[in-house]
Amino acid sequence: MSDLQELYQSVILDHNRKPRNFGTLDGATGTAEGKNPLCGDQVEIAVQLDGDTVSRVMFTGHGCAISKASASLMTAAVQGKTRAEVDALFDKFHALVTGRADEADITREALGQLVVFSSVSRFPIRVKCASLAWHTLRAALENDAAGVPVSTE
Amino acid sequence: MSTTTTLAPQPVSLAPLAPRADFPLLAAQPSLHYLDSAATSQKPQAVLDAITGFYSTANANPHRGAYELSAKATDAYHDSRITIARFLGAADTDTLVFTRGTTESMNLVANAWGRTHVQEGDEIVITALEHHANFVPWQQLALAKGAHLRIAELTSDQRIDLDHLESLLTSRTRIVAITQVSNAVGSITPVAEVVRMVRAKSPAIIVLDGAQGAPHLPVEFDALGIDFYAFSGHKLLGPMGIGGVIGTRARWLECEPWQFGGDMIEWVNDHDSTWNTLPHKFEAGTPNAADAVGLAAAVRYLQQLDMTAVREHEVALLEAAHARLSALEGLHMYGPPASQRSGVISFSLADVHPHDLATILDQHGVCIRAGHHCAQPLMRRLGTNSTARASFYVYSDGSDVDALVHALTEAQRMFAHTPA
Repeated sequence: MSDLQELYQSVILDHNRKPRNFGTLDGATGTAEGKNPLCGDQVEIAVQLDGDTVSRVMFTGHGCAISKASASLMTAAVQGKTRAEVDALFDKFHALVTGRADEADITREALGQLVVFSSVSRFPIRVKCASLAWHTLRAALENDAAGVPVSTE
Repeated sequence: MSTTTTLAPQPVSLAPLAPRADFPLLAAQPSLHYLDSAATSQKPQAVLDAITGFYSTANANPHRGAYELSAKATDAYHDSRITIARFLGAADTDTLVFTRGTTESMNLVANAWGRTHVQEGDEIVITALEHHANFVPWQQLALAKGAHLRIAELTSDQRIDLDHLESLLTSRTRIVAITQVSNAVGSITPVAEVVRMVRAKSPAIIVLDGAQGAPHLPVEFDALGIDFYAFSGHKLLGPMGIGGVIGTRARWLECEPWQFGGDMIEWVNDHDSTWNTLPHKFEAGTPNAADAVGLAAAVRYLQQLDMTAVREHEVALLEAAHARLSALEGLHMYGPPASQRSGVISFSLADVHPHDLATILDQHGVCIRAGHHCAQPLMRRLGTNSTARASFYVYSDGSDVDALVHALTEAQRMFAHTPA
């Protein structure tokens, strides 16, 4: 498979065409908007926390296939996780798309379906596309009115 | 996707106007299809040689030393100003002030003329076509002065709606700042018509953004009847970091200095100063002499090609590209027909986002721009966040069009793949 075919593999194209958890979220406890000023991409993330656990994440916005698929797969990946677990998963995802997964000893199992983004690291310009939704989710969790502020540590 | 088209299209036979061999980057990468010249052009060897030549034989601080080398640097800088001003049709060559480029030129006019001439309640007219460089300086000047920013809207094919523009002009209009050629969709402004309208309806000065005009069209500043003309060197084969603004002498005399320091002063007393004459009054600090020399070499290169031929070459490429791209299913092109458009094709492809297109095309050796092209007000009016843009220049040829079309077809095929 060429780099390009791997970047645009079927899972990513499928989530681009039929994004999961796309839409507004009634009863959201935190929301945030993310923008990539360089290209004009935009994503809004709405999150619903049940105690410290993410019970639901939805998103809307405009963007390329990579950013849309990333947001879509993220909404599924973080469901049922605590905020600390979401943070840890973002760190692993970020290591993956920046090509540092091996040196950080991150296994494919730890990433689950997110592993389809591994070839993003060979397209450094696209790292921002893949991580926009995650940065925005982190902001939405920090904006959560009912929750404890997320540690910056 | 259609499966009925089985005939392979004929390659576009169009030779480049300038040989690729003249451009070291293109010569070194024969399979590269550089279609982002509206962002920045490639540089011919003659320009690189001129810059190296300045640093190896004439490098000293212009206007400073009382020694021969400094005089040589001063002459090189001065001669470059004459060459570039004449290329743009300004007989009074000291009315060309060097800047870092169009962005700095617009900020210069907004500060040097705008701050002293625009008052509360005055009006500034721009258009929805403008690059941020010819949008934000006026928006911010209006905010700072309590003036009203008026934005002329566009026709359905992204030309300036001249009727709407005319309706915005009043006795309170102080500045009309307008692009000569749209960077995002290529529309060419009918400048003579705009000038006639503005002069008939308002006392406004006319500032023309020539960033995309100077590289692609013959320009005669003295015949345009405008007040200021801003341009960038790097889009017309010159180096980055040099450009300028030409103004009429009458307007320059109304301007206050906007940056202070060396070179721009006549005399510095303890508690006040007096100013140098044109053009130095508006060129504070050590000038970018080497890049001015490089830009003069670029201008001579373009003069050899002839700007009328440059325009004809682009129209031929545009027409060929337009015909081929029109045949692609799901492809939508923005902007007016080739006769009213510079060498820019802005488009979208159904189901494939411009950023994904740019990545896929890049893998096929085709460089295009994807994004908002520093024209977010225009993108809002197009109802999108971004478009894909291919732009041509003197070294572009038929093979670039073929490569673009081929790579777009590949992108379509990739995205048409139905996952299990």
